[in-house]
Amino acid sequence: MMPSVAFTSMLSCAVAVSTVIAAAQTRDPRRSGFEDMSRESQAMQRDDTANPGMFAVLEGEELWRAKVGSRKTSCADCHQNAEVSMRGAAARYPSFSTAWNGPVDLQGQINLCRETRQNAPPFPLEGPELLALSAYVGKQSRGMSIAPPDDARLEPFRRQGEALYNMRQGQLNFSCANCHEDHAGQRLAGSLIPQGHPTGYPLYRLEWQGIGSLQRRLRGCLIGVRAEPYAYGAEEYIALELFLMSRARGMAVETPAIRP
Amino acid sequence: MVRWLFLIAALSVAPPAIAQLRAFAVVGDAIPQSLTGQAGDAARGRAVVTDRQKGLCLLCHTGPFPEQRFQGNLAPDLRGAGSRWDEGQLRLRLVDSSKVNPSTIMPAYYRLDRLTRVGGAWQGKPVLSAEEVEDVVAFLLTLKDTP
Ligand code: HEC
Ligand code: HEC
Ligand code: HEC
Repeated sequence: MMPSVAFTSMLSCAVAVSTVIAAAQTRDPRRSGFEDMSRESQAMQRDDTANPGMFAVLEGEELWRAKVGSRKTSCADCHQNAEVSMRGAAARYPSFSTAWNGPVDLQGQINLCRETRQNAPPFPLEGPELLALSAYVGKQSRGMSIAPPDDARLEPFRRQGEALYNMRQGQLNFSCANCHEDHAGQRLAGSLIPQGHPTGYPLYRLEWQGIGSLQRRLRGCLIGVRAEPYAYGAEEYIALELFLMSRARGMAVETPAIRP
Repeated sequence: MVRWLFLIAALSVAPPAIAQLRAFAVVGDAIPQSLTGQAGDAARGRAVVTDRQKGLCLLCHTGPFPEQRFQGNLAPDLRGAGSRWDEGQLRLRLVDSSKVNPSTIMPAYYRLDRLTRVGGAWQGKPVLSAEEVEDVVAFLLTLKDTP
């Protein structure tokens, strides 16, 4: 009698432990903003013929093949088929650029190629061409896991991003973490506060009626708390993106996503 | 490092800005005296509370405002605030709620120091004027019924 009771309780204990482990393995507490959207918006993101972000992707495909600059070269001349050469590229940005001697985001890398490889002027930040090319390059990583490079040179910038994420700012005195860690899932007036993962950029935002970059999104959050937004291209955005990407490691790239 | 640089920048502009605020005294967990020397107007206070650009209260709070469709759920319902707290306690809560709860997310409505990277349009201005703070205090005091 006794041994069997002991055995049963040991067994149930073991079962409990293994369930906990299984749960820890299968239940990732992180949620993409996708999961918080209405069914209609989710369906729009899933269907390429309904996703307005696909216009930018198609434009990007044309720009990929356009011969420009004093050397009359196209992206395709060097990188050939983007579906092969750019697969996984967006999932590991921002990366450390030796040419730039610092971290660059995907848009920064595209503009580096424009300037140094094509001898053409860089595209204006947040302009339609740069958004289109980064949407096209980004889409080649759709469904792949975000995989920030293990590069020690990036670490100080990632840490700077983490410090900025936790720093209160603006007249309303909020840190990113106040909303996206402490109150994710709750309602700020009508808006559900997402966890703030950078999985879908550039993306089509219904409120913008257009496509925009992660920097445009972060600008919105900063203006919301009445802080001075950083200028487009500022190192603070790259630092924040490095931190957000490390926080989203392993989550799937959704470019071009839809958001409300 | 970054944090300190910003803080120093913020502190160095704070003194002239602070001069624009009226003086008030904190006694315990309250500011017993009106910031303006006058009583506020509850009807105007209600308008400030429900104004999403001004009071911003309903970003976080719910309350007895049936006409307001979108109310937040980051903070307690405002119903009954006027029976939970007295006038002076409500005033301190609005002026600078970090005096009551250092890690609060409720903005300090009448404070200019210890802020970082305030946007150009908002610099040197408190979120609400002294008159508006008094109006909101007067309104909150009318909220006697708990939900
Ligand atoms: C003359 C050749 C050349 C042209 C033209 C060129 N690139 Fe590049 N690109 C490179 C090289 C070489 C690299 C490797 C990184 C470096 O040294 O900058 C690179 C790297 C990249 C990367 C990073 C890939 C990764 O896996 O990290 C992206 C993205 C990219 N290029 C996009 C573009 C786009 C978009 C265009 C057209 C606007 C373009 N490139 C035009 C040569 C070129
Ligand atoms: C006051 C709360 C608040 C603060 C502070 C805030 N955000 Fe947000 N953030 C939101 C809300 C709400 C949304 C959802 C969009 C909407 O409905 O406006 C959002 C959206 C985002 C998204 C988009 C997620 C997606 O699925 O595409 C990212 C990324 C983000 N925020 C990052 C940040 C960063 C980084 C900071 C700090 C610089 C910050 N936020 C500060 C409330 C906040
Ligand atoms: C950004 C979110 C936020 C905003 C905006 C905000 N509050 Fe609060 N408020 C809170 C939180 C959270 C608490 C709970 C106590 C704490 O955490 O400090 C609180 C507490 C209070 C309390 C005391 C709670 C009680 O027991 O009744 C009152 C009164 C109050 N707020 C009134 C207001 C008024 C009036 C406004 C607008 C002028 C306002 N709040 C704006 C977040 C907010």
